[in-house]
Amino acid sequence: MLYRENGQFKTSYRADQQVFPILQDRVAIWGLVLLAIVAVPLVAPEYLFRAILIPFLILSLAALGLNILVGYCGQISLGTGGFMAVGAYAAYNFFVRVDGMPVVVAILMGGVCATVVGVLFGIPSLRIKGLYLAVATLAAQFFTDWAFLRIKWFTNNSSSGSVNVAGLNVFGFPIETPAQKYLFCLGFVLVFALIAKNLVRSHIGRSWMAMRDMDVAAAVIGIRPVYAKLTAFAVSSFFVGVAGALWGFVHLGSWEPAAFNIDRSFQLLFMVIIGGLGSIMGSFFGAAFIVILPIVLDNLTVALGFDTALAAHLTFMVFGALIVFFLIVEPHGLARLWSTAKEKLRLWPFPH
Amino acid sequence: MTTLKTLALTAAALAATVAGTPAHAQAKEQFFPVLVYRTGAYAPNGVPFANGYVDYLKYVNAKGGINGVKISYEECETGYATDKGVECYERLKGKNATVFQPLSTGITFALTEKAPGDKIPLITAGYGRSESTDGMVFKWNFPLTGTYWDAADVLVQHVAKKEGGADKLKGKKIALVYHDSPFGKEPIALLQERAKMNGFELSLLPVAHPGVEQKATWLQIRQSRPDYIFLWGWGVMNSTALKEAVATGYPRDKMYGVWWAGAEPDVRDVGDGAKGYNALALQHGAEPNAKITQDILKDVHGKGQGTGPKDEVGQVLYMRGLVAAMLAVEGVKRAQERFGKGKVMTGEQARWGYENLALDQKKLDALGFAGVMRPISTSCADHRGSVWARLHTWDGKKWNFSSDWYEADQSIIKPMIKQAADKYAAEKKLTRRTPEDCQS
Repeated sequence: MLYRENGQFKTSYRADQQVFPILQDRVAIWGLVLLAIVAVPLVAPEYLFRAILIPFLILSLAALGLNILVGYCGQISLGTGGFMAVGAYAAYNFFVRVDGMPVVVAILMGGVCATVVGVLFGIPSLRIKGLYLAVATLAAQFFTDWAFLRIKWFTNNSSSGSVNVAGLNVFGFPIETPAQKYLFCLGFVLVFALIAKNLVRSHIGRSWMAMRDMDVAAAVIGIRPVYAKLTAFAVSSFFVGVAGALWGFVHLGSWEPAAFNIDRSFQLLFMVIIGGLGSIMGSFFGAAFIVILPIVLDNLTVALGFDTALAAHLTFMVFGALIVFFLIVEPHGLARLWSTAKEKLRLWPFPH
Repeated sequence: MTTLKTLALTAAALAATVAGTPAHAQAKEQFFPVLVYRTGAYAPNGVPFANGYVDYLKYVNAKGGINGVKISYEECETGYATDKGVECYERLKGKNATVFQPLSTGITFALTEKAPGDKIPLITAGYGRSESTDGMVFKWNFPLTGTYWDAADVLVQHVAKKEGGADKLKGKKIALVYHDSPFGKEPIALLQERAKMNGFELSLLPVAHPGVEQKATWLQIRQSRPDYIFLWGWGVMNSTALKEAVATGYPRDKMYGVWWAGAEPDVRDVGDGAKGYNALALQHGAEPNAKITQDILKDVHGKGQGTGPKDEVGQVLYMRGLVAAMLAVEGVKRAQERFGKGKVMTGEQARWGYENLALDQKKLDALGFAGVMRPISTSCADHRGSVWARLHTWDGKKWNFSSDWYEADQSIIKPMIKQAADKYAAEKKLTRRTPEDCQS
């Protein structure tokens, strides 16, 4: 068997605390990262970049952010689309109003603004939980929808309410071709995934999980609920805001509030649930499932010669059935299926 | 590991995409991508448009193609969603797409950013960005047959005429009930300009997507009793507005819809309640007796190849799809005059055709569009080609033309276009095209 940890002994705390303690995992991950950075831009056609990889990467980032809040801290949020919108519009305003503003800084500032709004709307979480909180965050969604439709300042007085950006570049390198856009997003996603992974392994992440599992008990052992919940909201909204800015800047190029409506919030929540609550990898699985699968189904049904309307309906039906199927087979999401598979490989034939 | 699964899925997606597209690559055919929405909230209006569009392409093929070049086409379902539209665009553009017609202002905005890079023209017949009329800045956009600014201007002119002169508009109240999206917001700039000029009072009443929730809006109308209502709706929003008008007791003959609010699906369910409701006709209205309609009934539906129900042929939205397809085909025909008859045109060559459209009355008559529409001719500076519109009124059974032709007042619109296009160019750091570029 190739995937065994026999003979891999850790002799230092450092070695024991690695993100991927097993050599094979590390090799595989580095291989995949190299593949994603070097090989994919060389071979992938434009359609793959623009229609699949870029949306997948950006929505993975948003799902990652939401997973921190919902999966790790247990605070259900339906305002993700709204926080994405805050990120996108804030980044837009920094970009067009400040002369010579670098794109990366604008996008990160979008994330910062989303953080502020996220924390504001996170304050109710100190008093209410569960479904009640979901409704409170829904208010964030409606509020941002309203604000970006109505307050003209946010859209730089655009008469139609639609904004656009162009001429993106990083240190003089233009971000124009699909491969450049893909690498730009990939850079963000890799860095943020690493940050997220390390955050959830740190004391902050542990306090989030303690809050999620039992807030009273967590408070008793000395975790401050205010701090834990608000940091979760802050980090989550920052990620989501950056993802929103990327969605507007890199993927769409021109957008209106409808790009971040309540459907987007639901879509992200489904990604997190299907991918796996409380799992970094699950965010990616969920994004892949929700972004890529409908497109594949769509292409398949059209290729099979159904007419457009029937194909669209079939896609919806098959997609819905698959969601139900996966949730029945593994309520803990795709990430759990994946880790069970790994356990099976390591502890054949009796995984636990 | 994260990416492993992703890659597997991606590979599957890629395989599916490749497998799905065997036909177009090799054949010597002019490929027309067709973005449609046959599902979702706007499907009742999207379907007849799509049927008309596809039927016309079939009709051209039945007549031997464009100077012998057969047309191929592929539909892609957008559901009126911008990100789905972008995905469709990416999927279909690689097949040597001639021209895209997104049929959604939101998708138009997103594609406006992409089309120049891909060198594919964009026809937005009667929708999209009004400032894209300025071809010196928007090289790839073609809002043929008119924009929302023209539409709003014509409505004001018509109302002024009803009142007995533009000076009588002073102090009148006009309410704009609009779809809260770029589509609905487009006319606001012009109406505000007109309100300043003519002295009427404009109130703006937005309705959220998809438009079924209008109680609050109509409560406001009940309170303020505007003299006229301009309805900038699409899909279910229009019939809902009419039903609310019935419930509120607002006279339907004081309601004026834009050309996307004046088709059969909008009024059919309201029936007699909608009697007297007016809407702009985008040159054409319902044309069951036009020659082209009869030809399509004979050559496409008659041979069992029709798309959609037969009794829909000649209805307003069906005709709009037909006209949009005709414009797309005529641009290619025009391009062939320059780049070689009987050849497949690239998107870039077709663009020249759309920029030099010269559809005079004689050509229109020959195409079977006599009486359906007025001549259109475009140029480098004017990508719209025509500013004519008329109104039609619902009599409870069908749409009847109820006004003469109006020409939108360019003395107001032209400076606005220039200003908006300049603003866009400045934001994008674009320079205006030079006269030499116009020759290309």
